[in-house]
Amino acid sequence: MIAFNVLAPIMVLAALGILFVRKAVHAALLLAVVMISLAVLYAALEAPFLFAVQIIVYTGAILMLFLFVLMLVGVDASDSVVETIRGQRLFAILGGLVLGVTLVLGVGQISLGTVVGLSEANDGGNIEALANILFSRYVFAFEVTSALLITAAMGAMVLAHRERLTPKPSQAQLAAERVRSYGEDGRHLGPLPAPGVFARHNAVGTPALLPDGSVAEDSLSRVLTARGTVRPAPRDVEAVQRAIDFAPDGVPHSETAPDGRTTSSSRGPGSTSGPAGPTPGDEGGN
Amino acid sequence: MDSVTPFIVLSAILFTIGAVGVLTRRNAIVVFMCVELMLNASNLALVAFAKQHGNLDGQIAAFFVMVVAAAEVVVGLAIIMTIFRTRRSASVDDASLLKY
Amino acid sequence: MFALHEGGHVPVVDPTAADGVFSLAWLVIALPLAGAAILLVGGAIAPKRFAAFGHVLGTLLPIGSFAISLAMFLSLLGRDEGDRQVVQHVYDWIDVGGLHVGMDLLYDPLTALFLLLITGVGSLIHVYSIGYMAHDPRRVRFFGYLNLFVAAMLTLVMAENYLGLFLGWEGVGLASYLLIGFWQHKHSAAAAAKKAFVINRVGDMGLSAAIMLAFATWGSTSFTVISANADGASEKTMTALGLLLLLGACGKSAQVPLQAWLLDAMEGPTPVSALIHAATMVTAGVYLITRSNFVFERAPDAQTVVVIVATVTLLWGAVIGCAKDDIKKALAGSTMSQIGYMMLGAGLGVAGYAFAIFHLLTHGFFKANMFLGAGSVMHGMDDDVNMRHYGALRAMMPVTFLTFAMGYLAIIGFPGFSGFWSKDKIIEVALAENWVVGACALLGAGITGFYMTRLMLMTFFGEKRWAKDVHPHESPAVMTYPLIVLAALSVLGGLMLAGGWIQDFLSPVVGEEVEHDPPIPALAVTGLAVLIVAVGVTIAIMLVGRRDVPREAPQDVSFVTRAARADVYGDAINDELVVKPGRALTGGLLVFDRSVVDGLFSGGALTVGGVGALVRRAQNGFVRSYALSLLGGVLLVVLALLAVNLA
Repeated sequence: MIAFNVLAPIMVLAALGILFVRKAVHAALLLAVVMISLAVLYAALEAPFLFAVQIIVYTGAILMLFLFVLMLVGVDASDSVVETIRGQRLFAILGGLVLGVTLVLGVGQISLGTVVGLSEANDGGNIEALANILFSRYVFAFEVTSALLITAAMGAMVLAHRERLTPKPSQAQLAAERVRSYGEDGRHLGPLPAPGVFARHNAVGTPALLPDGSVAEDSLSRVLTARGTVRPAPRDVEAVQRAIDFAPDGVPHSETAPDGRTTSSSRGPGSTSGPAGPTPGDEGGN
Repeated sequence: MDSVTPFIVLSAILFTIGAVGVLTRRNAIVVFMCVELMLNASNLALVAFAKQHGNLDGQIAAFFVMVVAAAEVVVGLAIIMTIFRTRRSASVDDASLLKY
Repeated sequence: MFALHEGGHVPVVDPTAADGVFSLAWLVIALPLAGAAILLVGGAIAPKRFAAFGHVLGTLLPIGSFAISLAMFLSLLGRDEGDRQVVQHVYDWIDVGGLHVGMDLLYDPLTALFLLLITGVGSLIHVYSIGYMAHDPRRVRFFGYLNLFVAAMLTLVMAENYLGLFLGWEGVGLASYLLIGFWQHKHSAAAAAKKAFVINRVGDMGLSAAIMLAFATWGSTSFTVISANADGASEKTMTALGLLLLLGACGKSAQVPLQAWLLDAMEGPTPVSALIHAATMVTAGVYLITRSNFVFERAPDAQTVVVIVATVTLLWGAVIGCAKDDIKKALAGSTMSQIGYMMLGAGLGVAGYAFAIFHLLTHGFFKANMFLGAGSVMHGMDDDVNMRHYGALRAMMPVTFLTFAMGYLAIIGFPGFSGFWSKDKIIEVALAENWVVGACALLGAGITGFYMTRLMLMTFFGEKRWAKDVHPHESPAVMTYPLIVLAALSVLGGLMLAGGWIQDFLSPVVGEEVEHDPPIPALAVTGLAVLIVAVGVTIAIMLVGRRDVPREAPQDVSFVTRAARADVYGDAINDELVVKPGRALTGGLLVFDRSVVDGLFSGGALTVGGVGALVRRAQNGFVRSYALSLLGGVLLVVLALLAVNLA
């Protein structure tokens, strides 16, 4: 009963949290809390097999699937709190309250009698006992679930499948295309520079530095730039530059906003200032 | 541990919360999570009643619910993805063309 | 007025089974029926081949029927008077529940005379038609229709029960429709055919109601059964039956008030007019009443109505005949009038039946003769029917003129000719029964003398008035020979009365007249009739023969002439009494249907639709709204469960 007394409030709060959090990821995490707590309650209710299945299948598989899809859809797409359907929220809350109160009161009024307990049924082990029932009395339903699962897998494949509209380009075609674009537009042939690596920061959001200490814009993902989660070039770069008195054309190569975030660059993506090499600002290899 | 009533009450509360969530949330994935919450709540009741009656059938039923929920989640999420792919939206209110 | 003749015996139809030559009775109908089938089907399949011999086949088959009829007639004469009713059961026709109707053919003296008339005159008209329709591309079909008509008419007069009679009756109506509208490309012909058909339906309704009444009363439609059990029915039933039968007879025989179709029916080819509207079809009503004598003898009120209708019609038709310039329509008016005489005879009961039939036969002869003669005249005059365009044709068409003259003398009742004997007898009986009716009949005879003389003078005498490009000529032999035969019959038809033969011959069917003294001696009646006819003829000669006949009908004429030209306003009366109220009723029903009935239906539909339009707003496409209603349902169920459990 201790487990229940501890977990029940947590579960209710977490469940209520699902209702109120704006980000879907948070809702998924709260749901995970509820489910793991539920698994513990299963254990307390003498259902060790379901305890394991709840954790493995629900928390492990299903919830991960949720997170996976959330990632595809957009992790931080958050709900608008404005209700568009008139009266929907009011009636939903009213109906929910009435249903909850009715159920709780109704269940509370019922005297269930003495708890029989599963010690007898679980005598030879819960899993064996479940298997005995599942493969005798429920064997047909069990077999039917296999058909259900296969159908579901097929359905998911069919739904998620996207038909390719153009032939897939071969490696040779891609290479030829790249060379052609270099020949016509002068686009860089080689791979883009990798982002800078700073152990202190999210490495992907840190720009690589060119040998002169300026920022290599191409090293950053455009998505990250658009989101504004790019780290500024480390401040000590300027100090190094000053120390070596490096000013080849007398113009600073990077403009740093007062808040320390890189907002724009005078360097076009096609311009290169020579091969990137280790700079004094680098604190490690790429 | 004399009674399973608290478990049933908890189950009812969770179920109600899930239902309200389905009704109020608009993100299809969150709505789906709320559905899962309701399924879990009913599972809790099933397991609790299994203990009450000293009968493992309740646990078997919960097991089947889980299997069906797994299948449902797979298909449901695939549908949500497909809709998102074409409409660039995961809101259940946006998919409201099938009407009068 | 016409009480059942005390002591008079109403004969019972009690035939014996057919044997010997009588077993061929079915062939009389079957031959022309087969002809109709062959000509109509074959003519449609192989028109060219049938065009070569179709008319010959179509003529030979009725002649075959005539031969059989003649043989049966002679055989019948050889039998005893009490043994002259023969029935042939051909097959079971209808056998459902309590209704058993056999296809039975009755052959008795009445039928015998009708068979001879129909097949005899019919065959002559067929022969005539070979010439008359020679240039018509659809001659084979015409002969098919003629054969169909003959077969139907034979069925009518040979049937042993009312249902079989009704079959023939309707068949005659159908054939008449087809033949009147034979030149269907003429709008007037199509309209006339439809008019005849529709007006005949009114009469048919009466006849079918009569058959139902008979079946309800006796459980049978057989003449044998009904005549044997006729005493079992009340006089009211008999009167109703008689009136319904009279309604049927009025339709077929063009009696007032159902007379309007006959004049328009002259749109058909002339042989059709001769066959249908003079010799046979219009006599069906007379046949019906004579055949149903066991009904009318027990329904004096119905007989009175018959007499009234007949008297009105004979004057009505005669008046129409006086004013028509169309030779066929003048003859049609005369037909109407003469049928009135027959109906009068039939309505007078036992005393008149035989003379009605007698007049029917003689009229069949001389009217067919005159119609065919009129057709011959039209044939020579490029199908012009207007008598004002004729004149002085006696020299151009001597055969036609002479035969027509025989018919003329017969119809006006010139002493010695057939019409003289038959009409005179009816007038005599009418005068004996009721002097008003008798006087009307005498007046009718005078008018007959007038209009027939007018017709004769305008057609064959006086100045020639035809257009320059018309070249009147005598018709070919195939047309004139039937005229000659019919003319001979017109002259000699009166022989049937010799020694009271026809009364005796028909007495097994219509009964024997109880001898009673007429109020005026027969000879005086005859003299009076001849005198009145002579007056009519003289007036006609004074008015028509002594003056020039204008080519265009004068318009400044008296009211009587105008009325007569308009068929005594028969069509106008129908219009006012039937057509206009009918139209108003139909229009009213239409409005009622559109507004009230449709209003109820579409109003209901509109209501449902409106409610649907409102309710469909609930289908807003939002899944969450649907889920909310789902929650509402769950709540309802839970609360209901609680309520049930707590209660």
